[in-house]
Amino acid sequence: MSAGVDLDGVTVRFGNFTAVNNANLAIRGGEFFSFLGPSGCGKTTILRTVSGFLDPSAGKVKIGGQDMAGIGPNKRPTALIFQNLALFPLMTVSENIAYGLRVRGMDKATRRKKAEELLDLIALSGQGDKLVSELSGGQKQRVAIARALAVEPQVLLLDEPLSALDLKLRQHMRNELRSIQQRVGITFIYITHDQGEALTMSDRIAVMSDGVIEQVADGKTVYDEPETAFVASFVGENNPFPGKVSKASKDEAVVDTAFGKLKGRNPRGLKAGDKAILFVRPESFKLGKGGEGTTLESPVKNVAFEGNMTHVFLKGAAKKDITLTVGRHVGGKVPEQGEKATVHYADGLGLVLPEGKMARE
Amino acid sequence: MSSRAFVILLPFLVIAAFWVMARYEARTVHDPTHKSYWERNGMVLGIMFIVLVALWTLFLVTLPYLYMVVESFHPRLPPTKRFGPEDYLTLEQYKSLFVSPVDKEWNTTHLYAFFYTIVVSSAVTFLNLCICYPLAYFMAQAGTVQQVRLLMLGLIVPYWVNEILRAFSIRLLLAAKGLINQGLMGAGLTDAPIDFLGNNTGMWVGLSYANLLIMMFPLYNAIESLDKNQIEAARDLGAPWWKIHRDVVIPYAKPGIASGCTMVFMLAAGSLAAPLFLGGPNTLWFTAIVYDFFFQAFNWPRGSAYAFLLLAACITFVMVMLRLFKVKLGEAIR
Amino acid sequence: MTSGFALRVMLGFYVFLFFIYLFGPLVVMGVTAFNTPSYPQTIPFEGFTLDWFVKLYNHRQMREGLWNSIIIGIGVVALSVPIGLAASIIMNQIYHRARGLFYLVTVSPLLTPGVVIGISTVIFWKDAFESTDFFLTYAYLPAFTKALFYKGIVLSILGQSSFVAAYCLLIIMARLTRFDRAQEEAALDLGASYPQVFWHVLLPFLRPALLSAGVIAFLSSFENYNTTTFAILADKTLVTVLAGEVRQGTTPALSALAVIIIGFSLLGAIVYEVLKRREERIASEMKERARLAERGETSAGLFQPAVVAA
Repeated sequence: MSAGVDLDGVTVRFGNFTAVNNANLAIRGGEFFSFLGPSGCGKTTILRTVSGFLDPSAGKVKIGGQDMAGIGPNKRPTALIFQNLALFPLMTVSENIAYGLRVRGMDKATRRKKAEELLDLIALSGQGDKLVSELSGGQKQRVAIARALAVEPQVLLLDEPLSALDLKLRQHMRNELRSIQQRVGITFIYITHDQGEALTMSDRIAVMSDGVIEQVADGKTVYDEPETAFVASFVGENNPFPGKVSKASKDEAVVDTAFGKLKGRNPRGLKAGDKAILFVRPESFKLGKGGEGTTLESPVKNVAFEGNMTHVFLKGAAKKDITLTVGRHVGGKVPEQGEKATVHYADGLGLVLPEGKMARE
Repeated sequence: MSSRAFVILLPFLVIAAFWVMARYEARTVHDPTHKSYWERNGMVLGIMFIVLVALWTLFLVTLPYLYMVVESFHPRLPPTKRFGPEDYLTLEQYKSLFVSPVDKEWNTTHLYAFFYTIVVSSAVTFLNLCICYPLAYFMAQAGTVQQVRLLMLGLIVPYWVNEILRAFSIRLLLAAKGLINQGLMGAGLTDAPIDFLGNNTGMWVGLSYANLLIMMFPLYNAIESLDKNQIEAARDLGAPWWKIHRDVVIPYAKPGIASGCTMVFMLAAGSLAAPLFLGGPNTLWFTAIVYDFFFQAFNWPRGSAYAFLLLAACITFVMVMLRLFKVKLGEAIR
Repeated sequence: MTSGFALRVMLGFYVFLFFIYLFGPLVVMGVTAFNTPSYPQTIPFEGFTLDWFVKLYNHRQMREGLWNSIIIGIGVVALSVPIGLAASIIMNQIYHRARGLFYLVTVSPLLTPGVVIGISTVIFWKDAFESTDFFLTYAYLPAFTKALFYKGIVLSILGQSSFVAAYCLLIIMARLTRFDRAQEEAALDLGASYPQVFWHVLLPFLRPALLSAGVIAFLSSFENYNTTTFAILADKTLVTVLAGEVRQGTTPALSALAVIIIGFSLLGAIVYEVLKRREERIASEMKERARLAERGETSAGLFQPAVVAA
């Protein structure tokens, strides 16, 4: 069974500090939903509010349509996977997994049976009598998941559970988490600052910054159609060109930047005279003069070869470089350091957004 | 309301004041992490915790102390007259430390004993610090793991031999027929045994010996957590060993030094065993005088007054130590 | 390097001197326990004897005192370990403005001379049991309680507990600060109530600290003199009997007692050392196994989950 989670104007304040400001959100039942944002953006606060460890200062948290006010963490149909897993070190693996059943007053035989089922699910059959300290990092991870699933929650909350693993294992666990979610069919709410994790696993993503939800959409939309300057600069690489809108229509806008007039799409309907930032992804740049589209020119500061692609850094307007990525077999000569490079991008790939806070590098 | 009743009500008033403040704050300031006490502990455990802590802080600590202080401000009366009209508040017990109630002269004996006790306790504290510091440093920084384990074992075993027996062992060494006098006379250095106990040497040694390890453990704990690299770095920079100690180790070990000194001073000043069993007939020790007021003179109010003065001296010493070393109480007592 | 070497030799010599100071008197006393003369003497060693142990065994007062000491010790453990535990938990939950005062009150017995604790205990409880004016004349304890509770053993337990509980508090708090709050939250999140968290997660975690608090509490109680000598009233504990004996004179039987106590603490220290080594060995074995599991995971390919309908 799975339940949706609704946040209705949730605000959480610690003294004078507002950790989450007026969050409105409807997470659908059975969805793999991620909160993505830099550390300190309030995503963990949201998770702890949903799980019941924090009381919102204003607003409501609803799970399966039911208001959770006054319901403690131990009475909510949620289970939380902690960042450090928080396995009980003095209990065996089986005891860990069956702990939720123990406090529900289930008898020993049932607990044992259920623990064995879950051990099979996480491919640790026959290892139930080990102590947690005997397990590897990946095994601990799986035990934590099994322990949370044992109580048959309607919503599983995950607080950056992969951050302690090494890269290879982390990538494997992404697939694993996704497939577990699809098998058990419950709602997963996943907290991460790693956009790779969010983009590969999630049905939808909420991008957060400074306690505010900037955008909620699926991964592709967040990447291709960011709604704010923060989202555009935080998710994936992006080259910002700040300036003033000089000409605007319904679909297109021209921004007057340090590199001259640059053209891009205008989804937010900016008007001439508005302060704006034009974003162009590194992979959207092509070398040479383009027939259609916008062309710009700048000296090459640095070139970095990375196997399947090459990064070229051009001298940008302020201190920031312009980055472009050149694929391996696109033809043409990759410019060298010191040369002047001419690049262009198709107009549809430039994006004009209102000026706003950017993600810190 | 009698002064005794007032003093007993005092802690309850303080608790009530804090409770009101807490209620007010909970009502005006929203704290997202807040869970009520009963929510967090449950009824049974919650009541158990409160009962235990109240029993301790009120009935074992605060009320007895306060009650003793009040007692010291009352005259000495036979039981039948207590709580009667003659049972008024008075300063006479404190005055008696300065002016003897018998002959109205300066009470030089007790005054001398009071300051003697403080001076000797301070000296013993300093002595023990000097004795323990090198070993604590060796164990914490220079020794190998095996060595430290063995030394630790060597420290813990005598730690649990009680004060009386330790005093007894010193007495066996220093008595007229003791090993040291035997040795001195055997070597022909003296003809007659030296009266170590009569000239207070025994008491000094006993005080130092009894509190040696009290100094040792806090010092060791403090120096142990110092990063070895800091000492290495100082050595690389060419600092001589005494400078390393003066500039690196001792400043770092300050909480441990403060803690050890505080405890040793308190235990030495409050010591009964060493002055009673290792002192001569003329030894004056303030704690022993307090003891006599209770067991020989049966003058409880005056004994209470003297005990309170002893406590005040200890508190003053603690404050001075903390101020001198710029250490917080929480750092010194761990 | 030569100066460093000289320094090390000097330090070694110093350590040697320190332990001579520490153990010398005890060894000298220990020898007298086995020497025949009735005045405790070390040299000349006139003949080996165990008579002093027999004398000690037949010392009626000391046996009674020992019995009282054990009862008081057990009472102090039973009272002060729970108090220390409760206080360490309250310390984290108490109203933040009151925490400083609470801390001061709880550690103040450690900064108070034992005689002051003993005196205040006796004065307070004597009036609590006896006085008719006590606490506004309403709340005085009924007369029969005096016969039951106004006893040296009870007062000694109360007086000693006041500072022993502070030791327990510090020991337990040191471990409590290392407690991972996520453990508590994990248990809550899985549906445990707060009391269940206490019994299932917190208490097992604190167990080593509770055990050492118990041992320290018993030993501190057992060897206490300054507080007990007042609080024990007309009764006797082993240490007060001992003090009386030392005051009266010297007999090798006291040395014999010291030998026994040293023997016990040596035994205790060795047992402790053995247990600690065993624990360390088990911990390192666990670590080794986790390391092997880690290696198996990365080299033998990642696991293939069995298909189970959940």
